[in-house]
This record gives sequence, C-alpha cells and structure tokens, in this order.
Amino acid sequence: MQKDDERMVHSRGEEFLQVFKKGAEFTQDLLKENERLRFRVLELEKFQTSGGEAGSGADLRKLTERIADLEAEKQEILDRIKHVEEENQDFAARYLEIEDENNNLANLYIASYQLHSTLDFKEVLQIITEIIINLIGAEEFAIMLLDEKSDEIQAVATEGVERSEIPPVRLGKGVIGEVATSGESHFATDFDAYERDFTAPMVCIPLKIKEHVIGVLAIYKLLMQKKEFAPVDYELFTLLAGHAATAIFSSRLYSDSERKLSTIQGFIDLLTK
Amino acid sequence: MSDYNVLIVEDSPTMRQLIAFALKRIRGVRIVEANDGVDGLKKLSSERFDLILTDINMPIMDGLKLVSLVRNDANYKAIPIVVITTEGAQEDRERALALGANDYITKPIQPTKILDVAKSLLKIA
Repeated sequence: MQKDDERMVHSRGEEFLQVFKKGAEFTQDLLKENERLRFRVLELEKFQTSGGEAGSGADLRKLTERIADLEAEKQEILDRIKHVEEENQDFAARYLEIEDENNNLANLYIASYQLHSTLDFKEVLQIITEIIINLIGAEEFAIMLLDEKSDEIQAVATEGVERSEIPPVRLGKGVIGEVATSGESHFATDFDAYERDFTAPMVCIPLKIKEHVIGVLAIYKLLMQKKEFAPVDYELFTLLAGHAATAIFSSRLYSDSERKLSTIQGFIDLLTK
Repeated sequence: MSDYNVLIVEDSPTMRQLIAFALKRIRGVRIVEANDGVDGLKKLSSERFDLILTDINMPIMDGLKLVSLVRNDANYKAIPIVVITTEGAQEDRERALALGANDYITKPIQPTKILDVAKSLLKIA
C-alpha cells in the first residue's frame, strides 16, 4: 500500500517536471520573440529619424505635383479634343456646302455649255426648255421674246400650256411688260396661294444681254414635288437671263444671216447664169 | 478596264450630261448613253451593265416599257434600274416600282441624290 503511494507521488513528480520544462522552453521562446520585436521597433525608429520621413515627404510632394501636371495636361488634351471635334463638325458642314456648290456649279456649267452648243434657234429654245424642266423643276412656262418693231412680247416656246393660250403683252404693261421694261425679275409673294394667270406669272425672269432685254421667261406652275425655290434656282435664273438671251440672240442672228446669204446666193446664181 | 458599267437612257442631252457628271464621281465608272428605250435595249445587248438609269417620257419607247422588258429578260433581269422622271405622283412611283424599278428619283435633278442611289445599288460603301 505504501509502495503504491510512493509510485503515484513519483509519477506526479515526473509529470510536474515535464510541465515545468515545457513552461521554461515557452518562456525562452517568448523572450527571444520579444527581443526580435524590440530590435525591429528600434530599426524602424532609426529609419524614421534618419531621414525616411523627409524622403517620403519629398516623394509625396513630387507625386502630388506630377498628378497636378497630369491633370492639367489631361484637361488641355480634353480641351483640344473638344476643339478638334468642333472643327471637324465645321469641316463636315463646310464639306457639304462645298459639295452642294460644286454640284450647282456643275449644273450651271452644263446648262451654259448646252446653251452655247448650237446656233439653231429651235434647238436653243429646246435646250432652254430642258433646263427649266430638269434643273428648275417648272411644269408650265413660256419663253417670250420682244418684237422691237411692235413693242410686243410674244410666246415663242411653251411647256405644259398651248402657245396660243399665252396672250401677247405690250411693253410696260402688266407684270410681264414691267419685267421687260425694268429688267428686274418678278417672284409671286406666295407660291402656295398663286393661281395661274397668263398675264401675271408666278415667276418672270428678263432675258437680258447686258441691260438690253430681248424677252422674258414666264413660269406659271412648278412640278408637284418642287415646293419652293432653292438658292441655286436664283443663280440659274440669273444665268438663264444672260446666257439664254445671248444664245437666242446669236442663233437668231445666225438664222437671219443664213437666210440673207441664201437670198444673196440666189441673186448671184441668177446674175451669173 | 472599268469597274462599273452604267447605262443612261434619256432623250435630253442636257440631262444625260448632268446624270453622267454626277456618276463620274464613282471611281472606275464607265458611262454609256442611249436616246430612248429601243436604243437602250440595243446597247444592253452589246455589253454587260451594272446599272441602268432611265427617264420615263421618251420617244419611240418610254422608260416604263424598258423597265418591263428588262425585268422579263433572263439575261438582264438582275441589273438594277433607277427611274429619273418629272412625274412626282405617288401612283407613278408605285407603277414604276411594281414593274421592277429599284428606285425612283424625281426631277429637278439633284446630283447628290443620283450619286447616293447609284452607289447604294452598285454596293459601293
């Protein structure tokens, strides 16, 4: 019984000894870790006091300045992009304008080229008619010429209306006569409200050689899809007023001279036979 | 060697010139002109065309008859046709499209419109 007690006491002593040894080892580890951390803290303190703080402050300032520069640069680039975009829009609008002008000039060139491509009076009238239909978009109109002997303006070609329907007009009388006298174009104030009147056309354009009026172009109705005149139409009217008049005048002179030449040739043939 | 052959059928020389001028902005285009429908058919039989532009009111054979004949001919029926005319009424447009025209442009002539339609039918970007 006593022996059993002794063994138990001995065993507990062993256990206590083991626990104590482990506690001692743990305490040693803690002391080492404590030492390591204290060393690390000292290192950091040393780094901070020996200029680490000053260095990071300068870097921070530099970085802040760099950010400000980049921000300014970014803003400048954004402003430039905005400016370029605005310029692009201007260029695009200008391109369309030039494209339109180019087309209009081409139309005007072709119209004037065609007008002067012949000296045949009927052909000239036909070309003027084509230009008015295809380029201006008129459906009913008359080309009227002034007879300087009688001071009367008479239709020589018509489209959409019979020539006989167009009454002759005295120089200075009514819209047509006024246009022929003044040399100034006439446009009805309200195209939508206009009702066909052969003595007062919707549009009346003088056919002029310099200031000398040889006739008028009278428009009574536009094609149904042509609701109003575009700026190019007014340019075409101006062109027609000049080139058509010259073409008509030249072809008439040529026809007259051809007729006279033929008559003279007839006389010469008679005399020489 | 041209990339695109275009046939203009129109009795007015002024109009032919105006249409041709508009189309000449297409790179590689070659233009052949015909005075009326009969002349147009003659030209069609002589070479391959990629596009036809035709007026309606013409002597000898009008544009609608031409559209109808082209659409019923196995050799030409695939060629796109554009009608350019003074006739602005909706029923005229519908009649031309029903006969087989691909597009319908009314006068007065607008070169930009003609160019846009031609490019679209020739599948030019």
